[in-house]
Amino acid sequence: MELLRYILRRMLLSAFVVVGVTFLVFVVAQVVPSDPAALYAGPRPTAEQIEKARQELNLDAPLQARFATFATAMASGDFGISYKSRRLIAEDLRAYLPATLELAVFSTGLALLIGIPLGVVAAAHQGRWADRLGSFGSIAAVAMPTFFLAMILQLVFAQWLGILPLSGRLSREIAISAPLQMITGFNLIDAILAGRFDVFGDALAHLILPALTLASYPAGVAMRLTRSAMIEILERRHIVAARALGLSEPRILFGHALPNAMGPALTVIGLSFAYALTGAVLVEIIFAWPGLGRYVSEAILAKDFPVIAAVTMVVTICYVVMNLLIDIAQALVDPRVALS
Amino acid sequence: MKKLVHRLGIPGSIALAIVTLFVLVAILAPWIAPYPLQGAGAPNVIAKLQPPSASYWLGTDHLGRDILSRIIYGTRVSLTNGLLIVAFSLLIGLPVGLAAGYFGGWIDEALMRGTDVFLAFPALLLAVLMAAALGPGFLNSIIAVAVTWWPWYARLARAEVLVLRGQPYVEAARLSGVSHPRIIIRHILPATGRPLTVQAALDVGPALLTAAALSFLGLGILPPTADWGQMVDAGRKFFPARWWYSAMPGMTIFIIALAFSVLGDALRDRKGGASRASA
Amino acid sequence: MPLLEIKNLSVSIPTPDGDVHAVRAVSLDIERGEIHGVIGESGCGKTMTGMAALGLVPKGARIQADRFHFDGEDLRENAVRLRGRRIGLISQDPAAALNPVLSIASQMDDVIRAHRDMPRRARRAEAAGLLAATGLPDPERVLRSYPHQLSGGMQQRVVIAQALATGADFLIADEPTTALDVSVGAQVLALLRKLVAERGLTVLMITHDMDVIAEACDRATVLYAGRSIETGPVDDVLQRPGHPYTRALLAALPDAAPHAARLSAIEGSIPAPRSTIAGCAFAPRCPQAMPVCAAEPPPERGNDGRRWLCHLPEGTR
Repeated sequence: MELLRYILRRMLLSAFVVVGVTFLVFVVAQVVPSDPAALYAGPRPTAEQIEKARQELNLDAPLQARFATFATAMASGDFGISYKSRRLIAEDLRAYLPATLELAVFSTGLALLIGIPLGVVAAAHQGRWADRLGSFGSIAAVAMPTFFLAMILQLVFAQWLGILPLSGRLSREIAISAPLQMITGFNLIDAILAGRFDVFGDALAHLILPALTLASYPAGVAMRLTRSAMIEILERRHIVAARALGLSEPRILFGHALPNAMGPALTVIGLSFAYALTGAVLVEIIFAWPGLGRYVSEAILAKDFPVIAAVTMVVTICYVVMNLLIDIAQALVDPRVALS
Repeated sequence: MKKLVHRLGIPGSIALAIVTLFVLVAILAPWIAPYPLQGAGAPNVIAKLQPPSASYWLGTDHLGRDILSRIIYGTRVSLTNGLLIVAFSLLIGLPVGLAAGYFGGWIDEALMRGTDVFLAFPALLLAVLMAAALGPGFLNSIIAVAVTWWPWYARLARAEVLVLRGQPYVEAARLSGVSHPRIIIRHILPATGRPLTVQAALDVGPALLTAAALSFLGLGILPPTADWGQMVDAGRKFFPARWWYSAMPGMTIFIIALAFSVLGDALRDRKGGASRASA
Repeated sequence: MPLLEIKNLSVSIPTPDGDVHAVRAVSLDIERGEIHGVIGESGCGKTMTGMAALGLVPKGARIQADRFHFDGEDLRENAVRLRGRRIGLISQDPAAALNPVLSIASQMDDVIRAHRDMPRRARRAEAAGLLAATGLPDPERVLRSYPHQLSGGMQQRVVIAQALATGADFLIADEPTTALDVSVGAQVLALLRKLVAERGLTVLMITHDMDVIAEACDRATVLYAGRSIETGPVDDVLQRPGHPYTRALLAALPDAAPHAARLSAIEGSIPAPRSTIAGCAFAPRCPQAMPVCAAEPPPERGNDGRRWLCHLPEGTR
């Protein structure tokens, strides 16, 4: 009962936040820029063209009316047309969003897979060299500028060792000669669905470096959170009891202590996902990854505000929904969350 | 000195030394840069893209400018960036948090829900949106990051105030009819301001990291002023053949961000009274 | 030969402010099939003695003894191997001893799997059987539950079932009834007696409660300030205590002295755990103390299986 009330309250709060986000994006994208009409009218516009653009964009209407129009359009998935390419933004998003999501999901998984076991091991060896090394590594991972790490990885794995592709999402030969039919938009899944394991391998190889880059920061955070949670948990009586029952040390660490650290782990998923979504802006440029990040960075250079606004909206809503799901999952894992 | 090392631990002390060094470099830039003119932006076309050597310790960029001098000048931009971001954020976040925590009720609810909206954005994305709307430039990029930064301070300040508000001396002041602004200024602000300022000082590192990401995207200060993020981006065209162009400023960002992190950890450990072994 | 033989055990834990002498000189012989009570105030070293036998002392702790053997094996070397195989633990607070996020089924299964090579089905049946053996009425339902869905008494029965699942024949019960209601505690004690009788177990019962000693134990050892000061069959210790401290403990019982219900009713306090003690540790609080008591370690009185340490001559007790 409390659980249900908690979930409803959280959903209501998220809905409110989405309205707030919409308003903020509207203000930043449509009110702050000095003259959207001039941008909309194209390069070196005449006064008439600007006037026409003003009317088309409904810039003379009162602010409330403009916000209402903006919000309705967003709600119906109508993101307008790009100033620059004159294409429907919604269509562009459909092409780019899966690429970014694939990267975000994969890097989040990678971050958890690296960070959590390291945190467990560090906690088990608290104060000893494995712990110190791991702790320093996690600080370094957090302090590393994403764009710099990306370049180092490219240098080492693509240039020197030549074992992974430098950039892109699929090899050109595959993309041109035998393109993958888009079903989910996730190359890895689509390749399996199509039974094309060569493509799967190729897509995976392309995914590793950008995902690793994005995973560095959240993996560092995951390691630190897991470590501190585990240190506390390992001192609890039921761990002493488990030792007294003759359970093996790995079984105690991973089977008994780690499930108690699910709270922090879930927090890391949210954080990592958010980081991947925004880090994508930097990483996708460097790895020429055809996702939202590269899309928006091109829009920034062109001052293509409808595109920037649309991407911000979509990514933020993904983020809000993700956080909502995590909060609910946390309440399910630990019923005490719902009570506080 | 010895006492400081003892309190911060060895890694913390090294980190503090590095941060201090960067501050000194920023202040003394024109006097210690080997090529002050190039540091400030003057091209030097006779020595384009030279690898590190005796005359150019960290190599030169595509306009032949000494990268070391550029990095030294860039220190000024980066540190002021970081400092101003946290300062602006404190300026917004502290009053919001104070008001929300002190008055409670609907004021609290309204302010915190507003804060939630800002926190709902993935931070860098909101900064990019803001920076794009404001246009590139030094101050604009700072404002853009501060917009995503202040809600954290609002939350921190509010949490501190909630603890303080229940203190007997605050209660007593309120009951004896002292005015709200006076209570806030005399009792609440000093006690809240301290921990928040410490936090803010440590946030200079992450803040300048975010600012560097913006300038990497071309949304920061404009050339010819030296800026680390912008240098990494400019060097990308020549990467990896002329690796030093990107690598040197990238390394610099990493070192200063790392120093701030380690220092923050050392301070937290000391405050929490955690074992010295884990420092 | 006793199952557990401890002679002059000491456990000290180094700290920045000097060594903490958690156990100073404990001697203890536990025979097969008995429930042996170890009683004392908190801080007397009774729990640390049990933990030392399990190899669960804090990191860096030093264990020394003239003899510290379980069934002929030196516990200083073999405690980790023996625990969970032959030696089990029933801890004080069953709610804390069970993992809050794992179901009882998976916690029972973990233990059985660690000790016996059985297919999954058989393990489940074994778990249900063990729970039934501890008197839980609906084992299947208990298996499906999480710890917080069970009452304290049920939780303690699960903990006992886990200890049985290891196949251990020696259980260290650390205040098994303290966290429970009086009536539930009595049921748990009855269960332990029954298991000892049926399965030939041996139990070391750590407690601060004379009632538990009287109700459940065959023999008892009294600890004070890290030393075993008296030992013997329960009836004899209760009726004819040798050491003045034991007498004070008995006098502090509710039915003996209605207004002083707790052990701390004895005036004064136990010696600091970091101090060194020259004579009898109880001397500063002892109503019958003599000058020699503070200066020299007390001699051993009594005979086989019934001993105490005191300067007072035997006839005066």
